[in-house]
Amino acid sequence: MPQPLLEMRGIVKEFPGVRALDGVDLVVRAGEVHCLLGQNGAGKSTLIKILSGAHDVDEGTILWNGDPVSFADPQAALATGIATIYQELDLIDGLSVADNIYLGHEKARGGVTRDRDMNRSARELLRRLGHPEIRPTREVGSLSAAGKQIVSMARALSRSAQVIVMDEPSAVLDPDEVDGLFRVVEDLRSSGAAIIYISHRLEEIRRIGDRLTVLKDGRTVATDLPARETPTAELVTLMTGRTVSSVFPRRTTTLPEGAPLLSVDALTRPGEFADVSFDVRPGEIVGIAGLVGAGRSEIIETVYGARRAASGSVTVAGRPLHNGSVSAAVSAGLGLCPEERKSQGLVLDDAVYRNISLASLDRFAQYGISREGAERRAAHEAARSVDVRPDDPNRIIRTLSGGNQQKVVLARWLLRSCKVLLLDEPTRGVDVGARAEIYALIRELADSGVALVIVSSDIDEVLGLSDRVLVVADGRVVHDGPSDAIDASGVLDRILAEHDSTPIQEEDIA
Amino acid sequence: MSASLQNDPSLAVPAPAKESRGGSLGPVRNLGLVIALVILCVVGIITAGDRFASTDNVVTILRLAAVTGVVAVGMTFVITGGGIDLSVGAILALASVWATTTGTQDMADSIGWIAMVFSALLVGTCAGVINGVLIAYGKVVPFIATLAMLASARGLAEVIADRKTQIIRNQGFTDFFGAEPAGIPVIVIIFAVVTAAGWFLLNRTTFGRRTFAVGGNPEAARLAGIKVQRHTVYLYALSGLTCGIAAVMLMSRTTTGSSTHGTGLELQTIAAVVIGGTLLSGGRGTVTGTLLGVVIFTTLTNVFTLNNLSTSTQAVANGVIIVIAVLLQQQIANRKT
Repeated sequence: MPQPLLEMRGIVKEFPGVRALDGVDLVVRAGEVHCLLGQNGAGKSTLIKILSGAHDVDEGTILWNGDPVSFADPQAALATGIATIYQELDLIDGLSVADNIYLGHEKARGGVTRDRDMNRSARELLRRLGHPEIRPTREVGSLSAAGKQIVSMARALSRSAQVIVMDEPSAVLDPDEVDGLFRVVEDLRSSGAAIIYISHRLEEIRRIGDRLTVLKDGRTVATDLPARETPTAELVTLMTGRTVSSVFPRRTTTLPEGAPLLSVDALTRPGEFADVSFDVRPGEIVGIAGLVGAGRSEIIETVYGARRAASGSVTVAGRPLHNGSVSAAVSAGLGLCPEERKSQGLVLDDAVYRNISLASLDRFAQYGISREGAERRAAHEAARSVDVRPDDPNRIIRTLSGGNQQKVVLARWLLRSCKVLLLDEPTRGVDVGARAEIYALIRELADSGVALVIVSSDIDEVLGLSDRVLVVADGRVVHDGPSDAIDASGVLDRILAEHDSTPIQEEDIA
Repeated sequence: MSASLQNDPSLAVPAPAKESRGGSLGPVRNLGLVIALVILCVVGIITAGDRFASTDNVVTILRLAAVTGVVAVGMTFVITGGGIDLSVGAILALASVWATTTGTQDMADSIGWIAMVFSALLVGTCAGVINGVLIAYGKVVPFIATLAMLASARGLAEVIADRKTQIIRNQGFTDFFGAEPAGIPVIVIIFAVVTAAGWFLLNRTTFGRRTFAVGGNPEAARLAGIKVQRHTVYLYALSGLTCGIAAVMLMSRTTTGSSTHGTGLELQTIAAVVIGGTLLSGGRGTVTGTLLGVVIFTTLTNVFTLNNLSTSTQAVANGVIIVIAVLLQQQIANRKT
């Protein structure tokens, strides 16, 4: 067996009060896609930061082609040949594509940048990545998430990296963009680079991975497993230390007959979606499936009043909602868990309990004077009912994991006892264990009589969770039926059938 | 939603390192300021002795701090809510001029000096509302909207006053605001009341809570059902109102209304608010910190005046103290977390 390109042995990293890594081994060979699995808090991020030179190691050795190395700073890691593509893409929106690719190692003479050189080589790199349509002079801020990811990868290539670390690259992409990403990863692998691929999505690891390493509580619990053949149950057990019998809790009771709680009638916003109608009964979960850009998020944001409908109506419990008013929707009993949890859902530097009570402030106030004790107690109770961990209402929300942040948003609407809850990508950036808990919570809410609408890029999630599924393509509802009467390929067929009849936009990815 | 979820405890995510807690940073943040103030007082006592450490001098300091302090309380709200108000000095000037025109003073003579107070508050609030509407509904960047107000309000004040200083001749007004019950000037009492009310409003009411949310993440606030635009208008209106109050206080201190009142006030108040620990980016703010910030600056001025040092040296010291106070706060905050 050839010498591994990168070998990490017994890596230990301590922060004040926590042992983030407690003996991690990782062996990566040239020309492989090595997957790194683990729940949030397992130590993946710390490991990445050590690889990228952002953190020192306290104990353990790193071997590069058999020689011990240490990375004093990110520049040293890059010089050795390790490039990292972070989850929160570290690109500068106001700079051009080429400027971003060469940031920190600009082509310059005497401090004067040679833009033409940079543009030319940037174009070459983008072409190698299969995306010649991204112009090097374009401003990065105008690119889609997928386009930005390509730019990050071009940046890694420009450093002639031999190991490329990708931290959840697919989190912000929709299925066809993920296909594009995988083609690029395949190319990189066949050119002899090693990819360390981190993802929560097991199905991706099956498709793209060669071998995998599982981390739990800062330790390597399994390594050198074949990525394709290892059974899912085994992986989940390794990651969480428990077995998962069923990920999606199925409906246990029959859906009560009754008048719809939420009625959407012929809702239209030109250029986004047209003539969208559907009903949701109390206790029912309706899923909206479709590609990113098909109008899913736009539809529920319009139902919620965050966007103004051009025509059509939204009725809650028989009473029409005032068009384009979030506060009217909230008073009528609607709640939204938005797509971008951090930028739309939370006040990140505020305490957990304050984020929970945000939509119910009036309930805890008399003549505008808030009764903080009552507020804190009620919010704490709501946090407990969704099991936010750690159990500390005063904790700053930024320090919570993605899954617990999402539970806080759910708790906000629980506290308000909302009647209709709209969930946009409820498990984005949430790890496997917490995901199952959120599914259980959603089901529990439905059982208590809340009407729910769920939007997700993950078709399996939509189908597994909902009672009824709407398929949306190009802003129109192309299918509406019970979710057990259709499977993932059926959903894709319906989306594609719609796409075939309308020409696909060029520069889809950029 | 009744029962809590049944969870396997082994699933528990390992708790990350304990980090800063919600409200408990307040006192820590203010500690640096208290230390700075104490050092300043020690310097004052050493260099000026009894002239510094007398009751009269403390009252003098507070009297000087009062006008800036009241405006800084309003500014704390605007900045906590994610904005900035550059027009405070100009609004103060406009309010003082409007409240001292011959017309207003004639009215004051017939129905009482309250007419002058009322018109100052009204002018200040209206100017604030204009700022707020431009920013919230017209989508003008706060910096630009209030910069425009700065220019036009002071310009309008000059037009109204014809660049002349307007003397207040209403005896009732000067008597009331010039009084010193129990040795405490009325304007110092107003300063105390405004600060206490500001503290209460920011920390104990839904209005305050919404201010933090709007400044911390306006999009999340909006999607939680908070009327962000309307709230923004309220914030600037509040700032305008404090300018009106400050105008009345300055009118009584100088017995004049003038288009030059409050020149440079915007920078003094912003500096005081920021060294007080309110984040310029919004979402975090403290009235107590602002109060300390204002008192520190005024005490510094006082120490310099007592030692007959020039205003230029004083400006340099002001700059240095801003940097030191902010560095101190960061040191303490880092050590705590």
